[in-house]
Amino acid sequence: MANNDRKPVPLEFEQPLLALAAQIETVEKQLADNPDIEEDLTRLHEQYELLRRSLYAKLRPIDHLAIARHPQRPYTRDYFERWDPNWLELHGDRKGADDPAMVTGLVQLAGHKLVAVGTQKGRSLKDKQACNFGMPQPEGYRKALRAFHHAQKFGLPVVTLIDTPGAYPGMTAEEHNQSEAIAINLLELAGLTVPVVAVVTGEGGSGGALAIGVANRVLMLEHAVYSTISPEGCASILWRSADKVSEACQAMKMTAREIFHLGVSDEVIEEPLGGAHHDYALTANNVAAAVARHLDDLCKLTPAQVRSARQSKFRRMGSMQDAH
Amino acid sequence: MDLKEWFASRQKRRDNPEVKQPLTTEEYCALWTQCFQCRELLYTRDLRGNLFVCPKCQYHFRISALDRIEQMVDEESFQELDAGLCSADPLQFVDTDPYPKRQEEATRKSGLKEAVVTGVGKILGRTAAIGVMDFGHFGGSMGSVVGEKVARLIEHAQKNKLPLIIISSSGGARMQEGILSLMQMAKTSSVLKSFSDAGLLYISVLTEPTYGGVTASFAMLGDLIIAEPGARIGFAGRRVIEQTIRQKLPADFQTAEYLFKHGQVDMVVERVKLAEVLAHLIDFHSGKRGDKVQTTQASGVKTSASRA
Repeated sequence: MANNDRKPVPLEFEQPLLALAAQIETVEKQLADNPDIEEDLTRLHEQYELLRRSLYAKLRPIDHLAIARHPQRPYTRDYFERWDPNWLELHGDRKGADDPAMVTGLVQLAGHKLVAVGTQKGRSLKDKQACNFGMPQPEGYRKALRAFHHAQKFGLPVVTLIDTPGAYPGMTAEEHNQSEAIAINLLELAGLTVPVVAVVTGEGGSGGALAIGVANRVLMLEHAVYSTISPEGCASILWRSADKVSEACQAMKMTAREIFHLGVSDEVIEEPLGGAHHDYALTANNVAAAVARHLDDLCKLTPAQVRSARQSKFRRMGSMQDAH
Repeated sequence: MDLKEWFASRQKRRDNPEVKQPLTTEEYCALWTQCFQCRELLYTRDLRGNLFVCPKCQYHFRISALDRIEQMVDEESFQELDAGLCSADPLQFVDTDPYPKRQEEATRKSGLKEAVVTGVGKILGRTAAIGVMDFGHFGGSMGSVVGEKVARLIEHAQKNKLPLIIISSSGGARMQEGILSLMQMAKTSSVLKSFSDAGLLYISVLTEPTYGGVTASFAMLGDLIIAEPGARIGFAGRRVIEQTIRQKLPADFQTAEYLFKHGQVDMVVERVKLAEVLAHLIDFHSGKRGDKVQTTQASGVKTSASRA
């Protein structure tokens, strides 16, 4: 089981916090020699807490992105393992491949038996390469599709966890029809009569994320992002400059709160202060509680209602004017 | 005549519609078109007469939605749907220009309100719900309005039990509408699911170029998929793939013929034959289950049995 015993690696915007922590450490060392500075130390600790709270309360979109991409962020398997230590992984698309960037399995969660699907980024360098850094191949989407069909046949709800920069842009991926693999998932997910809950846990990258994201309820972790194109791609196309990433993040409205206000997600799930990588267990619990609540809700509907609710949810999305 | 009068009379000549005006450089250049492939200089009027296909090398030029409808749909049979729908600016998006300004510019260039024209028309006498995308308008990108118009077209086709034909040409999702443009992929696919469950026919025609969110949603979901010769079709763009895999790609990568070789499209059909093939396919899939073959006199295209 993966754990997060290691100290969280700080991000760039957390530098002021780090400087203060270093100062506290120096003062602590001197404490043994002159006990009268204890008061200073308490004040420094207070300052540290204050700074920590204000820092995380005023994050810029690009800071959320940095947290969402944090190398120690919990990935799909970390959640499944914590939800159900006896979960069983299912492998393969039955057509000739098993993409490690897409994880499918049978998981129990708060009394619900689910078919769980999620993208996986890989922790070690070798894993990362095998998973293409979390970018599924068409085979990965077809493996997910197989899991959806399994869920439909046995009347099991589907839960998907999304953390991907996008579908893999490679030569064989195109030859094996990446577009069709994504499109057919959109179509088939729309037709399921079992409840589907999707959680964007990290990066929700474009069509590659949506291919497992057509759900009755779409939830997002506090620091997760969801966008049509990566901010780097957007900056290079619209600004024709690689150093406008921060502007692109801002303009695209990709943070969890903004997506919620646009009506595309249904709930923002709170993360431990500083981000999910500070406490895997708490994060997994928060996500489990939210998912279970929505599943309880959805299980009250008839299968036909579940499907039509999902279809009309996406049918309504968009913003336009009618000149007539 | 003093100088002031001369200026005034010149202005009057310009404003007078009856006086023949000299061609501007732009207009003069519009008379001639150079083929992108064989570099042949073609007289634009002849090129138009040849359905915008180079007579020398058969290069299929990109064409506007209105030209496409004129070529493919029977004269005066096209009834446009939802012509008044136009984009809002949900994100108040500003890059180097604000989104509304870019919309105005796109409309000025293409003469269209949005990147898709939808309606009902006849193809060699067969009624069909037809959607045509226009790459000339905002790169054919799919925002809320394109998604909505396509969704409404599909619903209209389902309600009236019409075959559905969508001619795609798009750079993908429209970034200026952020996540809402991505959701149009889910919207159109979701509506297509009901359409497909109703047992109706959807023919997707892929034209130069079709990419990104459009390919990865309704464009790849046709019961039958036709591509135009030489059209480039894919999910990720060529440059992105080359940067990712750090290899050079074959010259014909992502062309219609390449896709055909890899089993992704049913057929590659020349523009001049498109209407005829569409009519044949509509006939083949129409009628009740178990109907026997009948010959339609209207077009002379022989139809085959529609087996269950």
